[in-house]
This record gives sequence, C-alpha cells and structure tokens, in this order.
Amino acid sequence: MNNDDYIVEVEELTKKFGHFTAVNAITFKVHRGEIFGFLGANGAGKTTALKILSGLLAPTSGRAKVAGFDVNKSAEKIKNVIGYMSQKFSLYNDLTVSENITLFGGIYSLSDEEIKSKREFLINKLELEDVKNKLLRDLPMGWKQKLAFSIAILHDPKIVFLDEPTGGVDPIMRRHFWELIYEAAAEGITVFVTTHYMDEAEYCNRVMMMSEGEIKAMGTPKELKRKFNVDTMNDVFIKIARG
Amino acid sequence: MKRMLAFIKKEFIHIWRDKRSLLILIGMPLVQITLFGYAITNEIKDANIAVMDKSKDVTSERLVNKIISSGYFKLDSYIDTKQELEQKFKEGKIKLGVIIDNKFDDNLETEGISKVQIIADASDPNTANTLINYLTAIVKDFNNELNRTNEPVFTIDMRTRMRYNLEMKSVYFFVPGLISVILMLISAMMTSISITREKENGNMELLLVSPVKSIQIIIAKVLPYTFLAMANAVTVLLVGYYVFQVPVYGNLLFLLSECFLYVLTALSLGILISTKTNSQQAAFMISLVGLMLPTIMLSGFIFPIENMPIVLQWISNIIPAKWFLIIIRDVMLKGSGFSSLWHETLILFGFTLFFIFLSVKNYKERLQ
Repeated sequence: MNNDDYIVEVEELTKKFGHFTAVNAITFKVHRGEIFGFLGANGAGKTTALKILSGLLAPTSGRAKVAGFDVNKSAEKIKNVIGYMSQKFSLYNDLTVSENITLFGGIYSLSDEEIKSKREFLINKLELEDVKNKLLRDLPMGWKQKLAFSIAILHDPKIVFLDEPTGGVDPIMRRHFWELIYEAAAEGITVFVTTHYMDEAEYCNRVMMMSEGEIKAMGTPKELKRKFNVDTMNDVFIKIARG
Repeated sequence: MKRMLAFIKKEFIHIWRDKRSLLILIGMPLVQITLFGYAITNEIKDANIAVMDKSKDVTSERLVNKIISSGYFKLDSYIDTKQELEQKFKEGKIKLGVIIDNKFDDNLETEGISKVQIIADASDPNTANTLINYLTAIVKDFNNELNRTNEPVFTIDMRTRMRYNLEMKSVYFFVPGLISVILMLISAMMTSISITREKENGNMELLLVSPVKSIQIIIAKVLPYTFLAMANAVTVLLVGYYVFQVPVYGNLLFLLSECFLYVLTALSLGILISTKTNSQQAAFMISLVGLMLPTIMLSGFIFPIENMPIVLQWISNIIPAKWFLIIIRDVMLKGSGFSSLWHETLILFGFTLFFIFLSVKNYKERLQ
C-alpha cells in the first residue's frame, strides 16, 4: 500500500492544555473511503483529536496529515477538502433551509449554478420542499441534523468529520442518519465519526477506542469482539473501560 | 468576494429577523434624543418664587417686575412673614424667596445702599445654584440701571457673551453626547453580542473549519453595524438640526469621518470583548458596565470632567468617548477643523490600533 491510500495519518500526536494531557502520543491511519469510528467516553480526548485534524487546534507535538496536508503547515489548505459537523447543532437557526444551503455554498465558493442545483437536489432528497422557506429553528431536531450533514458534504470534501452527530436523536432518526453516512461513503467520501452510542460502532468499517487520551484498541468491530471475546461492541467498551 | 457578499447578506438577515434588537437599533436614538431634547434639560424656566416686599415702593416694585419679566421666574405670591416663606418652601411651591428690605427707595437715596435677601431651596443644589446665579445677574443689572439714571459713579460695566451657545441651550450639549453614547452602544455592544451569539450557538466552529478567513468573518460582522451606527449618527444630527435647531458649524464631511473613526474604535472594542467571552450574557454585562456606564458618566457627556476628583480625571483619559466628545462638540458648535483636533483624532486612532492588536493577540492565543 502506498501513502495515497491513507486520508489521515497521525503520528505521536499530543495535545496538552497546561498540565493536562488531553491527547497522549496517539498514532493511527485512516483509509480512503472508509467509515472510521472514533469511540470513547466523554473527556477521552475524542473532540480534541478531531479539532486538531480539522485545523481548529494546533497540536503540542507530533505529526498529522489530512488528505496529504500537514496540520502544522497547511491547516488552511485542509479546510477546503474537509467537511465538519459538530455535536452541537451548528447551522443558523434564524435562516431558512434554503438560505442555509445557499450561505454554506457561498462559503465554500461554489458557483451560483452549482448552489442552485445542489439546493434543489438536497431539498428534494431530504423531502424538505414544504419547509424550505421556514426558519431552521422551526424544524425537528432529526431533520436539522440530516440537513447539517448534507451541508457538511455540500462541497464534496475528501473527508467529513462528524463529532457525535446523532446526539439527542431518536433511534429511527439515527437509522436514517446512518443511511446518509453510507451514501456519502459510497460516493467516496471518507467518514470520520465520533460517537458514544456503541450500537453505532457496529456500523463502522473500523473503530478506534480512546480512553484518557490514549488509544486502547483499534480494528474492525468483528476483530475487536473476537479479541475481547464478547458479543457486542458495548461489551468491548465496558471491558476496555474497566481496564 | 462572493463569499464576503454571502456573509454580509447573512448578517443583515440576522439583524432584520431579530425584531427586538432591530427595535433597539432604530427606536433608541429617536427615543433618546426626544428625551434629552424635551424632558431632560438643565435650563430652568418659570421657577416659582415668593416675594416679601417690606417697602412696597416704586423702586422695589420695579425690581420685582424686572425679575418676573426675565422669563426665568414666575411670581407665586406676595407674602408678609418669614413663616409663610417657610411654609411655601415646605409645600414645595417655590424654589426661591426674595426679601426686599424696609425703605428700599429711601435708603438708596439717602445712604446709597439697600438690601435684598435671596433664600433658595438647596435640597437640589444644582437648581438652587443656577437660580441664584440668574437672580444675582438680574439684580446686578438693575443696579446698573439705577446708576445710569442717578449721578454717574465709577463702575465696571461687565458684559458676558456665551460664545458657541448664545442661549445656553442644553440640547446643544446633549446632541453630541448622545451621538457618542449611541455609536458606542450600537458598535461595541451589538457587535460583541452578535459575535458571541455565534459562539454560543456553535456556528463559529463551523465557520472556523471552513475556508473562510477570520478577517472575513469579522468584517462581515461589523459592516452592517458600521452602516447602522452611521445611519443613526446622521438621524440624530438631522433631528437635532430640524427639531432642536442644533447647528453644525464645521465641515459635515469631516464630522462624519470623525464619527466613522469613533465607530471603528467602538467596533474594535466590541471585537476585543467577544474574544474574551463566550456567552451573550457576559458580553452584554461587560459592554454595559465596562463601556456604557463610563461613556455616560466619565466622558463629560453629563458631568464636567473638570469637576471630578483627580483620579477620575485620569481614568477619563482612557475613555474613548471623552476624546470623541471634544471632537464632535468642537466641530459642531465651534466649527473647528482637523488642524485644531488632530491631537484628539490621533488618540482615537491609537485606541483603535491598540484594541485591534489586543484582539488579534487574544484570538491567536485561543487557537493554540
């Protein structure tokens, strides 16, 4: 395998906040086109690692490459080829559905025609025709998150980072959401998703478990279950958490 | 460029859809100028007085008439005893009591001196002071008149002229002050709240991971508020000019450029506040306590800086509004130009650069 097959390469990445080490010398690689699950309890360092990879935070030491760009040297270039959706809902509540799509199309410098066709496509696909001129704040949570995800990949990024995207959504909506994730992956977009729903971990091609800033386990869900000799990812997680 | 336009449009939509803020932005300047123009005034007209005229002769009557016809005083009643005077004060019917001594005319003729006593209600010291000054001036004037009709004596004829505000209208004083408060409020408070709102709602993160540059975010944020602030400045000037006849003697373009500079100072302060806080609530409190109060209390808007304790005078130097007030008052009322105001202009400019420097520094620290 040559390097081009990896979309994310992380080596000895460390982030310290004062005396607290949030991420402690982690090393891993993510294949192009895979759905990579990043699991861990709250405070395990997931969000910090994600923020470094998306150029929001500078690492204390170590190296990381996203889509071939070094996070230390070309953070700005990374921003053009990634999508991002955070656990905290982050589209504009006082803009309408259409306006949100148009705004983010503009932010990623899509042409007017592209924005127009993507807008129509999305509204059609997500069945938002009736509410496209409604303010976002009037939409149910699950719809908003589907829209947020679609907008995060509006500019056809190479990789999309999802930080607990399904927080606070009912299981059926989560199911719908994961269908969108599979669609994106099928189109060749790498999906890097953090979650603490262990059932979601089963949907990933490969997962990595983090605890106290360190990687505790990595592999396909099947491999991990066999390794820890349990039936569900939830049990894997419990075994790891107990040390 | 297209990205910028999309952004600026979004900011206008934010402001437009937030009806409550919009009402503040548009309504507040009008409400304030009406309040300050009509209701809050430190001129006193038609203050009630009681007169205890013990002589009741021609000259004393002339004096009373002169006082009443001045426009500052209105005769509540003639009284005969000091007890009545006390009673009137207590009932709050009068602000001043004037007691004219016995044999007013005779004493003037024979001894060349007669006595008038003024008693003021000093429970409101500012009003009492002002009224006494008015009355003293009237009595002095009367004295001069008497001297002119009698044999000439040596007197110094002093005439005062209140330059730049002949009629001492307080609205002349308030309109510039109001502009400085409103510009600070809109530019600093509204920007800091609007930036922290994006942080609070989690929008900021999404923008930071996008290819948008921070400078683009900031410019798009402040542009609508700059526009609104300038529109408000013009509104207040227009209302001041057409409703209250407050003149602008200086160059209008120069005046607006100075307003623009002050808006930049306030905006940079707003940005600085937003780099330090993460919630709208905190941004609001800091703007209110840290900016609005000093702008109103320590800038010379209402209370003269010269009368403040020396420590407060020092502090007033770091209030941008103080320097802007000097500029705008001088331009509007004295017609001053850049040559006499470059010093103050430079200070405002320095403030702006300093705040921007601090904001950039804070911002970078946050990302590390």
